[in-house]
Amino acid sequence: MTDVEVVGAGPIGLAIAWRCAQRGMRVRVVDDGRAGAAHAAAGMLSPVAEAYFGEEVLTGLLVESAKRWPAFAAELGDVGYRDDGTLVVALTSDDLAEADRLRAYQASLKLPITAMRPSELRDREPRLSPRIRGGAFAPGDHQVDPRKLVPALRRAAVAAGVTITDEREPAGVTVVAAGCGSAALTGLPVRPVKGQVLRLRAPDPGPPGFRHVIRGYADSRHVYLVPRAGGEVVVGATVEELTDSVVTAGAVLDLLRAAADLVPDIAEYHLVEALAGHRPGTPDNAPILGPLDGRAGVVVATGHHRHGIVLTPITADLIADLVEKGVPDPMLAPFTPARFA
Amino acid sequence: MSLTIAGESFGSRLILGTGGASSLAALEEAVKASGTELVTVALRRVEAAATMGGGLLDLLDRCGVRLLPNTAGCYTATEAVKVAHLAREAFETPWVKLEVIGDERTLLPDGVELVRAAEELVADGFTVLPYTTDDPILARRLADVGCAAVMPAGAPIGSGLGVTNPHHIALIRQNVEVPVILDAGIGTASDAALAMELGCDGVLLATAVTRAADPARMAAAMRHAVEAGWLAAGAGRIPKRFHALASTPDEGRPDL
Repeated sequence: MTDVEVVGAGPIGLAIAWRCAQRGMRVRVVDDGRAGAAHAAAGMLSPVAEAYFGEEVLTGLLVESAKRWPAFAAELGDVGYRDDGTLVVALTSDDLAEADRLRAYQASLKLPITAMRPSELRDREPRLSPRIRGGAFAPGDHQVDPRKLVPALRRAAVAAGVTITDEREPAGVTVVAAGCGSAALTGLPVRPVKGQVLRLRAPDPGPPGFRHVIRGYADSRHVYLVPRAGGEVVVGATVEELTDSVVTAGAVLDLLRAAADLVPDIAEYHLVEALAGHRPGTPDNAPILGPLDGRAGVVVATGHHRHGIVLTPITADLIADLVEKGVPDPMLAPFTPARFA
Repeated sequence: MSLTIAGESFGSRLILGTGGASSLAALEEAVKASGTELVTVALRRVEAAATMGGGLLDLLDRCGVRLLPNTAGCYTATEAVKVAHLAREAFETPWVKLEVIGDERTLLPDGVELVRAAEELVADGFTVLPYTTDDPILARRLADVGCAAVMPAGAPIGSGLGVTNPHHIALIRQNVEVPVILDAGIGTASDAALAMELGCDGVLLATAVTRAADPARMAAAMRHAVEAGWLAAGAGRIPKRFHALASTPDEGRPDL
């Protein structure tokens, strides 16, 4: 008899299974074999630059999880963890007004972000366009490569005794960590939010010509560029209330135009991949974590929306605690499934 | 207080757009706080079929508001007409907010394409509410081809600059018989109140609410502003004077 069955083999499901197995539980992960949101995700760990008006409680959880990331990454080996920090860059005066507004809000929460003049930004990243008007530096916003993270979590989970299977069986506790598939399993409001994302490769061997994560505003278009040590640059992403997986010419055009406005060199990069994924979105953009009312033995850990990668460590710790002790940590209270009852 | 468009009455003179909301929860609170009964949604940004897990259309349904599909993102009359037809099929309503954008940077309407599309859609039986510029002659042409209302921009979409040409908005009000709804450019409550004081029959806004730091609070502010402006417009304001006029008259005061 299995103690814990985890439905979903994305980062959230695998990390929960791994943590439970480390605590001596017999754990099985059910994997339907389909690529989830992590396959498209850029892997930014951005609790500061992502902080938005009215989402203070969510930001608190993001900050707490980001703190756990260095140790989490060290346990897993090479997951592409980089701590070069994030630059926020604005192209026009309208863009700068937008960036400054958010920076002032983030600074008001005492989050680590400082305004930067164009020359300061270009001292850090000489390949930024000379046209930029200003921005900010968020030194604590790091990155990881989700395409290294998922296999690493799989290896760690299996090494800790987790079984990975494609069939469901009864278990003491069932953890639903099925991302966009969670709505069908639980009735909770988790909807697919489409994101189109591109992968480029630097033309020369070695890393791209910049090392920070760059989050920008270029003529009112939001874009991010995430450089990997191996030469890859992830450029994203659209946010669309659509369920299809079509890559549109307009989205590619908008993303590349904004990216090249901020870092002109990338026009020479190779376009290696364009894909559309779906974030598991919830009505309030926050994850759904905790026991499912009226379904004894069912726990949910889903709806991580834009924040699945950064929230992986804390989700795994708190859900493993809940499964082991049967009592939710107070930190889970704002994220309970009951808020959508 | 009610607004009548094409024979249909709405208790609120505020129409809300949904673009720019940070979350569905924030949008739902804003829709409720605004008191609106009509919400416009871009056909290209939603799917009419119910999606697992609830989406924008479920939310609007729950709020009990009527849906006004729009043709945002269209640059030609041909494209706008096609999108309007898709919207009529998908949402089972002949009402359409007609947008034909002329320029990506300003997002201002292309008047020539707009009149062409409006004429064709009216002939096809649509109830057409065109997003237009603040040009009084263009507004009259749109009314002449049979639009159910005209919706002049106060300023470019999302700019928050307010009503940049109040005189033209007042001229439009005098130039057409159909309802005039100020659409786009609103930044804060006083802009919406001004539009109503100029004689507009309603205000359509999105960004001013959805991208405010506290969308529900700004939505409530807009609700009050539209009501205040409408009441003031009908209350007969005093003339502006160069010098003061004592509110307590001197006549009859005893000599002491």
